[in-house]
Amino acid sequence: MKRPFWTGSRRDHLAGYLFIAPQLIGSVLFVFTPLALTAWYSLHEWNVLADTFTFTGTDNYQALLDDPRLGDVLAATGLFSVGLVVLNLTLALLLAVLLNQRLRGTTFFRTVFFSPVVVSLVAWTIVWGFLLQDDGGVNGLLKAVGVDGPNWLREGGTAMVSVIVVQVVKNVGLNMVLFLAALQGVPGSLYEAATVDGASRWRQFRSVTVPMISPTILLTSIITVVGSLQVFAQIAVLTQGGPGTSTTVLVYYLYQQAFQFHHFGYGATLSVLLFAIVLLLTVAQWRMRRKWVFHES
Amino acid sequence: MELEFLMRIRGLLAAATAGLLTLGLAACGADEPEASTGPVSLRMTVWTSNEAHLKLFNEIADAYKAKNPRVTEVKFDPIPFESYTTTLTTQIAGGNGPDLAWVLESSAPDFVGSGALLPLDDTLAKADGYDTADLSPAATNLWKNDGKLYAYPFSTSPFGVFVNNDLLTAAGQPTPAQLIAKNEWTWDKAVATASASHAKNGKGGLVVRDFDYKTWDNLATVWTGWGAQAWSADGRTCGFDQQPMVDAMTFLHKAIFTDQALPGPGTTADFFAGDAAMTITQISRASLLKDAKFGWDLVPLPSGPKGGYSVIGQAGLGALRKGKSPDVAADFLAFFTNPENSAKLAAYFPPPRTSLLTADTLAKTNPLLKPEQLQSVVINGISTGVVKPSHSGQAEIAQAVRSALDPLWKADADVKTVLGGVCTAINPLLSK
Repeated sequence: MKRPFWTGSRRDHLAGYLFIAPQLIGSVLFVFTPLALTAWYSLHEWNVLADTFTFTGTDNYQALLDDPRLGDVLAATGLFSVGLVVLNLTLALLLAVLLNQRLRGTTFFRTVFFSPVVVSLVAWTIVWGFLLQDDGGVNGLLKAVGVDGPNWLREGGTAMVSVIVVQVVKNVGLNMVLFLAALQGVPGSLYEAATVDGASRWRQFRSVTVPMISPTILLTSIITVVGSLQVFAQIAVLTQGGPGTSTTVLVYYLYQQAFQFHHFGYGATLSVLLFAIVLLLTVAQWRMRRKWVFHES
Repeated sequence: MELEFLMRIRGLLAAATAGLLTLGLAACGADEPEASTGPVSLRMTVWTSNEAHLKLFNEIADAYKAKNPRVTEVKFDPIPFESYTTTLTTQIAGGNGPDLAWVLESSAPDFVGSGALLPLDDTLAKADGYDTADLSPAATNLWKNDGKLYAYPFSTSPFGVFVNNDLLTAAGQPTPAQLIAKNEWTWDKAVATASASHAKNGKGGLVVRDFDYKTWDNLATVWTGWGAQAWSADGRTCGFDQQPMVDAMTFLHKAIFTDQALPGPGTTADFFAGDAAMTITQISRASLLKDAKFGWDLVPLPSGPKGGYSVIGQAGLGALRKGKSPDVAADFLAFFTNPENSAKLAAYFPPPRTSLLTADTLAKTNPLLKPEQLQSVVINGISTGVVKPSHSGQAEIAQAVRSALDPLWKADADVKTVLGGVCTAINPLLSK
């Protein structure tokens, strides 16, 4: 007797491939192909206007090493990322712990803190741009209580702080919700046991809450670090990289080089650098999980 | 958890490269132009979305289509001014460039020198009644390379000072017209009246429109009065650290931070909404005053220590070499800018044709402006005007200047040191 071609296991395999096909095709088309092309472009000098595309080998990578502005750009990127991640995660965890209490009005406050997440990023940033002007709403408010506020977006130090805070307020709600979900997954019996053992609230937080939600802390920290390295719209709308180059982060610099200065090849080289940094940080965080993430140990 | 996590990382990496999609897709679809006789549709990028402008363009296009049945469509595609050149070059990079494009004066050297545009001389010479000799050499200079014309300077628009006479009079100040009559319309007087007006009513004094402490090339409308220039005519020597510029910027810095004659960084005041006493801008903005609730005037720029001067902004129209039918595009360009249509376009865009540059002709199409305003600002301005700074690789130079000038916009800035820093920053770019 001849076995039919479409055996049960073959059907299963086909179904499996079909299920992953949309995702796979999308990834190949929109992720891996551009990724490979970017690496390819980074080996070329591409003049859009003159329509020339010349192979230059590793010239762009040499230019990267020699670029006098790159140090400032990386420093601004690092400052932004560290500021954003620390402020965002601390605030998100604090809000989550506060709003995890069984009190009246917590739903209202959860909504309030989450609502900026669903606002359009550019609209949000433009409004903040108005508020942070020298004669804008923030300084008007400060004036009412007798404080002479700085010119937020036009001074080196405050420009970076402003961009970070605007971004934190926009996105802290997302991490807050993730933390809230994690907190509600911590069994109450653990706290009861800790109370019986005489642990203080702070001790309970450190020894019960943090370890129990550590997978979520890892997740949110990776998302936030990666997100912080990709900041673009906020910089483009609020400061255009200024004053000076104090808020010129890597993605904005890449945009300037490729799309404003028409150095598409060098822009591609900068994206390869960005990719390497994101990859490195993510792998490092993923490895560190063994040390401090509870479930994984 | 592991799988879900990896999927998430993958998603994040996707996001990390999202910005590169444009680059990635750019490689596909870069078609080579080929001569054909089939139907042609043309696309022209512009930075105006003004309905009256577009209506006029479409009327001209309809007349062209009636004469050339082969051309089935001429589409005018408005791109916001702030991102115009970036969007245009991105479209070109993506193999999706337009057939014709407006080009800003600041990017003229890049477009004219790169070979992106088609030389127009032959097409214009062949066009019926075109009369290329009528084009003012001062206007076409920027758009030529090796003696060939690469774009038609459809708009040669001088900068003037729009004045809110009501605000100045209420502040007990003389109007610029009165100062001009006494031959006292100088920068010193302009700043003094602006400062007094601001002190009286708290509104903006004098606004260099669109400068906003970023678009520094608009300051050419000020420093030219001191004989200063951003760089030498050959583009090789930085002018920021030279004495005329130091003097001009010292004057400007004092006007901003001591006299408060100009709104400081981060403060906005819209003249056309009645929030400032005076503004320096191009005359094409007169249309914003159609429904003005205040008495206004248009006067030439005040004279500086070096005497009277004028500054012009330009925009060119070119046909892209990489378009689908560059010859048809150039032919349409010749029609769009022939004497008859130039006269129509003059309603909004001061033309480069000397025959049209008379107060009478311009008055017919600029009902908001008086003949003497047109004569003093537009006609005299175009014949003597200095074009705003431009250089090959302008975007990169402009960004470097902007960054280096930022420290100047503080009350305690050391003007000379900052300007020296500007030259340090742009010297390597100027010599490229």
